[in-house]
Amino acid sequence: MSLSRFLRTLQLALKSVMLHKLRSGLTMLGIVFGVFSVIAMLAIGEGASSQAQKQVLELGATNIIVRSVKPPDETSSSSSGGGQSFVLRYGLTRKDLEVISETIPSVMGVVPVRELTQEVRHQQYTLNARVVGSTPEYLEMNHLGMEQGRFLTDHDLEEMANVVVLAHETARILFPFENPIGQPVQIASRAYRVIGVTQDRTASAAIGGSLSGQDYNKDVYMPLFTLQTRLNTGDLFIRRTQGSFSAVSVVYDQITLKVGDKNGLTDDRDLVIPTAEVVRETIRNLHGEGTNDFSVVVPLELLKQADQIRKIFNIVLGSIAAISLIVGGIGIMNIMLATVTERTREIGIRRALGARRRDIIQQFLTETIVLSGTGGLIGIMMGLLTPAAFVGIKWFVDAYVMDQTTGRSDLGRLFSDMEPQVAMWSLPVAFGVSVAIGVIFGTYPARAAARLDPIEALRHE
Amino acid sequence: MSSVASLVNLTKFYDLGSVVVKALRGVSLEIPEGDFIAIMGSSGSGKSTLLNLLGALDRPTEGQYILNGRDTSQMSDNELSIVRNSDIGFIFQSFNLITQYTVLENIEVPLLYRTGYPPISARDRNRCIDVANQVGLGDRLDHRPFQLSGGQQQRVAIARALINDPAIIMADEPTGNLDSKTEEEIIQILTDLNNEGRTIIMVTHENSVARRTKRQVFMKDGLIAGEGIFPG
Repeated sequence: MSLSRFLRTLQLALKSVMLHKLRSGLTMLGIVFGVFSVIAMLAIGEGASSQAQKQVLELGATNIIVRSVKPPDETSSSSSGGGQSFVLRYGLTRKDLEVISETIPSVMGVVPVRELTQEVRHQQYTLNARVVGSTPEYLEMNHLGMEQGRFLTDHDLEEMANVVVLAHETARILFPFENPIGQPVQIASRAYRVIGVTQDRTASAAIGGSLSGQDYNKDVYMPLFTLQTRLNTGDLFIRRTQGSFSAVSVVYDQITLKVGDKNGLTDDRDLVIPTAEVVRETIRNLHGEGTNDFSVVVPLELLKQADQIRKIFNIVLGSIAAISLIVGGIGIMNIMLATVTERTREIGIRRALGARRRDIIQQFLTETIVLSGTGGLIGIMMGLLTPAAFVGIKWFVDAYVMDQTTGRSDLGRLFSDMEPQVAMWSLPVAFGVSVAIGVIFGTYPARAAARLDPIEALRHE
Repeated sequence: MSSVASLVNLTKFYDLGSVVVKALRGVSLEIPEGDFIAIMGSSGSGKSTLLNLLGALDRPTEGQYILNGRDTSQMSDNELSIVRNSDIGFIFQSFNLITQYTVLENIEVPLLYRTGYPPISARDRNRCIDVANQVGLGDRLDHRPFQLSGGQQQRVAIARALINDPAIIMADEPTGNLDSKTEEEIIQILTDLNNEGRTIIMVTHENSVARRTKRQVFMKDGLIAGEGIFPG
């Protein structure tokens, strides 16, 4: 088919479509919404997955995170002294740290962390903050940056210096009007000097349930040894709740391992999963069979999981959207069948004047494709507005649905942090699919039109 | 004079299951170039069937219809379409214009389906305008059919029939829907075209119209009952 003939057919089809604007518009709607929903759903899926990926990468693709887990109550006692003690002892120990960093060659660095929730005070300003005791490497390992001052140093660590670094939000709450550097803050009746403030960092939501969400913005960082000596009685932490004491003994809440090849021969990422396996085995051996007071989180595994979830997500959402596209196609077919009946006489005239069957097929097929293709284009344009529309929806949810008093659930946070991203590949695909729907659902009406007997068609009133 | 079309013992039977309707039972006719012929007959005489065969809209059950030297009786649907496009110009009782098209666009329709689908050139466009002028529609090119009187609509149809320079013009009761004054105008146009050498076959049952043709063929019961000037 030559270009000029194609353009002529197209022009003819456009003319017919424009002749009944309302009808054509309504006919297109099915495809418009079908295509829109495909693009919107893919954009939301893409947004969710890239958010998950970003979080995982923030955790570090070559990191392994080992966390202490409080064992379930019945089996909770690796308690010293056969049931008389009320001290709950679990989690990662100094020995674990030592063995891992000494014996596993692919572990390039370890950052132990001890966390406590404490009231932090400056003058009349108070905040229940997560006090994190760690080493200087913590900053880099968690991809944090400094806004002001400096982070902890090895010197601070060795000297058990009474210094703290405040997270962005903590600093804003405790020092709304002053520069916090050099100022004291009070934690558990002791004073510490502020030496730095970290940069603002968006909170990360929970990933796949294996790691709870972290809000780095309300942290207070202090040297690990300082925390262990000043805030703890040894490793023991005694908490007084409603008149009774409970004591917990945990050395480290978390150890973050950095994996790498010392010789630089293999890709660091390839080592992560085998190393995690070795770490898991090592700690299990040290703690004894059957203990489950620790968990190993591998961000890279989470990344793979997130990727898998995204694929499933895309398939499910895509199928739902595909159904609406099919419904749209059926709508177009219905209208085209009616159009063929309505224009029987025109078909007869064209046949009498020399149109062949395939000319008639082409005419009606092109008309259907123009309808579905235009619908597709409109749907794509609407789809491109998804991110903007999402902002509106978020605002609505924030204003009317979210419970402000109890704060956000993980799901709520996931939702509010999500930015839909229109997948560029989905645009040509969506357009192609809408054209294909025109072909599929236009063929039958077009053939019905071409099958008409010219004599009968000319007689049709 | 050579024959433009010749019919050799044409028959057309319609099998309706329980009965076979013999619409044409052996019609032979020679149509020389430049002829102006009226086919007459009461309804049911087979004249519509004959018209459909002459217009290459249908194939005969038996017999031959040789148009422009080619036998159409065994042609495929595609070939018949080509014949209709290049050799036949249709004029209908009810005009049969495409309502959403302008006068000019209606005249162009046969050009859309030419063999090889050549684009409509400026020359084609000029020819459309010439033909429209010829039938007296030069000032109505942008009008739509509903803005035209019956006579004007029929002029559009005549222009459309002429655009591909066909061998035969088939006119099916061209004045059936017109008043007598317009009828006269249309007949005059057809007569002028015949005088220019065009072959015209016209189906009519009005004596006043038939009288203006060169010869008349009377159909009865699927056969040609007679030829010649209707005695009145």
